[in-house]
Amino acid sequence: MTATEKLIDGTGGWFDDRLRGAQITRTWLRKIFPDHWSFLLGEIALYSFVVLLLTGTFLSLFFQPSMTDVVYHGSYTPLDGVHMSQAYASTLDISFDVRGGLLMRQIHHWAAILFVAAIMVHLLRVFFTGAFRKPRELNWLIGLTMWVLAFTEGLFGYSLPDDLLSGTGLRILEGVLLSIPLVGTYVTFFLFGGEFPGHDIIPRLYVIHILLIPGLLLALITAHLLLMWHQKHTQMPGKARTDANVVGQPFYPYFMAKTGAWFLFIFGVTALLSTFAQTNPIWIYGPYNPSGISAGSQPDFYMGFLEGALRMWPSWHWNVGGYSFAFSVFLPAFLPLGLIITGLAVWPFVEQWITGDRREHHVNDRPRNAPTRTAIGMAGVTFYGILWLEGANDVVARFLNISLYLTTEIARYAIFIGPVVAYWVTKRICLGLQRKDNVLLEHGVETGIIRQLPSGEYTELTKPVSEHMRAVLEARATRPQIEAPAGDDEIPAPSARGAMGRLRVSLNRVLTESIPLPIGNGHGDGHGNGHGAEPPAVTAGDTHSDGAERDGGDGTGA
Amino acid sequence: MSETQPSQDLPQEDGHQSRAPHRVIGTPPPAQARRVLAEEPGSTAPESPRELPASPANPAKAKTAERIVAALFILSMLASIGFIAAYVGLEVHSVDATLRSNLALGLSMGIAFMAVGAGATIWVRNIMPDVEQVEERHTLASTEKERKAFKKTFTEGAEASGFVKRPLLRRTLIAASVPLAVAPLVILRDMGPLPGTSLRHTVWRKGMRMVVYGPNTPLRAADFSIPGQMITVAPEGYTENQDVLAKAVTIIIKFAPGVLVPNRPGQPGTIMNWTVDNIVAYSKICTHVGCPVALYEQTTHRILCPCHQSTFDATNGAQILFGPAPRPLPQLPIGTDADGFLIATSDFHEPIGPAFWELG
Repeated sequence: MTATEKLIDGTGGWFDDRLRGAQITRTWLRKIFPDHWSFLLGEIALYSFVVLLLTGTFLSLFFQPSMTDVVYHGSYTPLDGVHMSQAYASTLDISFDVRGGLLMRQIHHWAAILFVAAIMVHLLRVFFTGAFRKPRELNWLIGLTMWVLAFTEGLFGYSLPDDLLSGTGLRILEGVLLSIPLVGTYVTFFLFGGEFPGHDIIPRLYVIHILLIPGLLLALITAHLLLMWHQKHTQMPGKARTDANVVGQPFYPYFMAKTGAWFLFIFGVTALLSTFAQTNPIWIYGPYNPSGISAGSQPDFYMGFLEGALRMWPSWHWNVGGYSFAFSVFLPAFLPLGLIITGLAVWPFVEQWITGDRREHHVNDRPRNAPTRTAIGMAGVTFYGILWLEGANDVVARFLNISLYLTTEIARYAIFIGPVVAYWVTKRICLGLQRKDNVLLEHGVETGIIRQLPSGEYTELTKPVSEHMRAVLEARATRPQIEAPAGDDEIPAPSARGAMGRLRVSLNRVLTESIPLPIGNGHGDGHGNGHGAEPPAVTAGDTHSDGAERDGGDGTGA
Repeated sequence: MSETQPSQDLPQEDGHQSRAPHRVIGTPPPAQARRVLAEEPGSTAPESPRELPASPANPAKAKTAERIVAALFILSMLASIGFIAAYVGLEVHSVDATLRSNLALGLSMGIAFMAVGAGATIWVRNIMPDVEQVEERHTLASTEKERKAFKKTFTEGAEASGFVKRPLLRRTLIAASVPLAVAPLVILRDMGPLPGTSLRHTVWRKGMRMVVYGPNTPLRAADFSIPGQMITVAPEGYTENQDVLAKAVTIIIKFAPGVLVPNRPGQPGTIMNWTVDNIVAYSKICTHVGCPVALYEQTTHRILCPCHQSTFDATNGAQILFGPAPRPLPQLPIGTDADGFLIATSDFHEPIGPAFWELG
């Protein structure tokens, strides 16, 4: 009887007598977690949220969300005797008169930046690896909602200190709300409690920032994790990894220890960043006043794309029947954001419709193996990236030493051309990488050893790829995303009839464009693996060998 | 855990080989004693083979790793003690002291976390035996039988409740919930006043003096004499009132004679009647989204908003030269009073700031 066993019998027994948990807890402890560096991205988001909750709680002990005018007489002497809101004064106090206050403020701010950044990179990982596919569409939508909540939370959070920079941000928020057709003026007056700035906005943002949005996020994170736990994590392709299993290490003790360590790393990194890299020095900005501004004003990075949209939009404004359509504000504020969010939200369903693939997927795609999806994703990233860069166009202009207006002119063209170029380039790169994979499969890995044959001929020795590598390279074969063909002489399948059907078939051609795996060498093995990988619930009519052959025609023609 | 094991190594091995004899010899632990009441039939079955090995493949490597991990944990402990010491020992209350405190606290905190994190990672990778396990997945969908059973249960419930059968109940319930759902929206009404025409007015009135924003002193037109100067002015008596300033803050710019472009019918330009000695006043609130248009380039007479770079021609009635702003900056009619101080001669003649639905 070891001490561990005694503990389990004693304390564990006490709980089990009341909860009957031995069976289920054992299953949980043995739950298998697959390993890949990219699976850590979501964890960064999760743990930076925990850091945010902890540091945020500390800050709320000292912060006063009040817009009452006070005259400052604290430790930061450059602002001695200056009129400011109590919110700003208490932020100065947290920074200079509370031990550890500055550190906590900075960790909170860095963790917020990390939180949104990690969500975005995690979202891209999920998109590019196809991890959003059935059965994970719900978790995709939950994650997307959390991204929107996260940057809204960030905006409201950095607005609280009521400093000159964030106050300007609120002024812009006022302008954006005013631009909403029909109800804008009312929405603005109700949110601000009257005209800008009023005395209500900081306390209202405060309660949204520390209660409403964190509560929603907490609920959604819980749902996100529960779904992940229930559906089991996806895995990257590899030897013996199929859609019908999970290969990895058990939750206890491996994953528990690793993920715990990861949390400590995240906390440690934000602490060190906050020690050595200053963020949001509100005492330099000064208190808000509606007349002040500084050049080079930038929001936090996650609002940059909206700022960029506001900067590049033409001055569209129409008066119709005595009412104003303030489209130079309303459209940039809502259209690109709406496009990005709607596009991301519907993509899993659009892709499912185009491919007709209704099976469960648990082995992720390598991005190159879904060239069109990857290309569309990169087009989206480029669209976002151009907006984001334009959001800092004054910095860009100064850095490149070009005219400020030129940066905007370029952005106005680039926003249309950039995504198209990105789409084309990405697709070519993906197809090229697929060809490279084929070379590896057919000829093996170059060893760098040159051998002279008796005939005098030189050849380079190659080594067949390892079994694991082979499985990775052949993962492409397990993607039968082929719609029943409306073949030349065949009667079109029901799903391919009509205008929508024809559209679907042509979209399908584009979406499933891929280089076939080499026939013969490797294909036999790949075939076997592929079949092993197929879950019992396959309903798609086509086998992937059909797909590969038909694809071959497309691929070589491309 | 591993520290407590060696003394009990032998009994543990025994217990693993066969539990039954061990139980007869030893004193039954409490948890097992309770089982007397209901003996589980499976409890005497032989143990299944280990799923995880007890020790790593390379014990020598693990031994080295163990020392490194222990050292990291001790480092973390020292850093945490250092954190507490820095909190107690280092005061704040000045910029330099705060920086010292921040450095000591942040560094010790960072090391305390990172060291345990690094230690735990090395522990997992080098001390725990490397395993790879496979868990089966099952199709997520319920079986046909389960779905049928669920459908039956749900339908029975719906029928028993009468929700389907009794439309009167159903409709009145829906009728009851509609106003109930509207109520939470209605009670938000008092969050703010109705806009009315407030966005159309500022406090500027005929005869109200302009004061230089900052020192808050009135300004004589004669003292504002260097062409190319731009200053921010506020209505006298309201320099600390943010709500007023948010709309009324104004810039005045002095021009050399002949630079201002007078407006002609049907053409944009500066309304000369509203200027004094080539001093022209514009709202400082950008007509795009309300940032202060604080940058002025003397040589080109351009007013630039630093937020979104709307650019206005100061000589020409603040016509738009570039950027997203849809309207020129409204011009404030100004004059001088008996003492020669700059005054407004009326409010702005059009709404200042960002466009809104009712702007027209």
